[in-house]
Amino acid sequence: MKPRPIDYAQPDTIDEALALLAEYGDDARVLAGGQTLIAMLNLRLLEPAILIDITRIAELDAIREIDGSIEVGAAVTQNKLMAWPALAEKLSLVAGALPFVGHFQTRNKGTVCGSIAHADPAAELPLTLAMLEGEVVLHSRRGRRVLPARDFQQGMLATARAPDELITAVRFPVARGGAAFHEVARRHGDFAVVAIGALAADGHIRVGVAGVADRPAVAPIATSDVSAITDSVERLARELEGYDDIHASARMRRDILRRLAPLVIEEAMRCAA
Amino acid sequence: MRRVNKDERARVTLTLNSRKVSGEAEPRMLLSDFLRHVLGLTGTHVGCEHGVCGCCTVLIDGTAVRSCLTLAVQAEGRAVTTVEALAARDGALNPLQQAFQNNHALQCGFCTPGILISFTDFLARNPKPSEAEVVDVLSGHLCRCTGYAGIVAAVLEAAGRGHKVE
Repeated sequence: MKPRPIDYAQPDTIDEALALLAEYGDDARVLAGGQTLIAMLNLRLLEPAILIDITRIAELDAIREIDGSIEVGAAVTQNKLMAWPALAEKLSLVAGALPFVGHFQTRNKGTVCGSIAHADPAAELPLTLAMLEGEVVLHSRRGRRVLPARDFQQGMLATARAPDELITAVRFPVARGGAAFHEVARRHGDFAVVAIGALAADGHIRVGVAGVADRPAVAPIATSDVSAITDSVERLARELEGYDDIHASARMRRDILRRLAPLVIEEAMRCAA
Repeated sequence: MRRVNKDERARVTLTLNSRKVSGEAEPRMLLSDFLRHVLGLTGTHVGCEHGVCGCCTVLIDGTAVRSCLTLAVQAEGRAVTTVEALAARDGALNPLQQAFQNNHALQCGFCTPGILISFTDFLARNPKPSEAEVVDVLSGHLCRCTGYAGIVAAVLEAAGRGHKVE
C-alpha cells in the first residue's frame, strides 16, 4: 500500500526541527532511517500530519567519544556504527549485537537512535543501551534533558519522549571486560524471539534479555559456580512472565532464556578472561 | 528548510544511472513508484512494499537500500543506481549478472534486480566474502522460485573470478 497524503519538511538545523516539533507535537513524526516508520505509513498503521526528515542535519550524523561514552547522533545509520573502527574495542557488546539488527540493506538506512526511539521489546539496540546503562539525549524548545535508558523506555513501543522532543543522540558507556550476544529468531534479521546479552567485568556478570518482557530486562548473575548461574537464570525466567504471539508462546520464550543465557554468560566470561 | 505540502508536487532532481534526471512527486510518493511510474525505469520491482522482500533494492550514493522505504523527495540531489545500469550499453552482462546466468540463480526474475543491487554494494565493500557472509546479505531478500543455493553459488563465482563488480 501507499502512505496517505502527508506534509514533508526537511530542516537543515536542529533548531528548525525543534520549531516544527513544537508546532505539531503528536501530529508530527520524525523521519530518520524510516525502516520502520515508512513501512508503517505504507501499511497505514500511522497517519501523521507531517514528516520531519532529520537526515540532512549534518551535526546529527556524528559518532563522538565524550567523557567515557560513545555518543551516536540521530542520523547515524546502524551500518555506519558497525563500520566505526573502534567499535569492537570500546563497545564489544554493541559490536556483537549489530549483525542481528535487521538486514544489511536495512542497516544501510536504519538509524541507531531510531531503533531506540521505536522501543520494540524484542529489539537488540535498546537492549544493549539498557545493559550498558546508557543515556538518551533529548532536545526541545524548552531545553535539553538526558535520560538514563531505563527511564527512557517505559513499555512496549512506549518511551518518555515528549511530543515536542527530538532524540538528538544516544550515549553508550565504554565497557571494560567481556561481552557476548546471541538471539533466536525465525529467520536471521527478523526481530528476535528472544535476544540475550551478557557483560563480564571484575568478576561481576550482568545479563540482559529482550523479547520476554515489554522492555529489556537486565539482572546481575551470581557466578560462584555453575549451579549459581543456572539458579540466577531460572529466577530471571520466573520473574519475566513473557508474552504469547504468532512467533512463540510465553513458555517457549522462557525456555529459550533458560537454555541460551548460560551459554551467552559463559562466552562473556571467556572473553573477559 | 525545504518543505512540501501534501497537496503539492515537488520537483525532484537526482542523478539516475549517471544521468541527471528530474520529475515531480507528492511527498507521499515512494522512491520505488517514482522510479517506475515517473522516470519510467521498471527494472526495480515492487513486492511487499514494507521492506521485507528486497525486490525494490536500489543504490543511493552507492549504498543498497529499500526504495519502498524511501520517499522520492528524499532522493533530491542523490545518485541513484538501478539494475538497468549493470549491463553494458550493448547488453553484455556484467560479471555478477553473468554468474547468475551461469548458476541458474534466477527463474522468474522478479526478485533478481534487488539481489543484484544488494551484492553490487556488498562486493564493492567485501570483494572476497565467505559463503556465510553471502547468505547473511541474501537474508534480506525473498526468492520464491529457485531457492537460494544457485544465488549463493553465483555470488561466490562472481567474487572468485576476481572481477571488480561495479
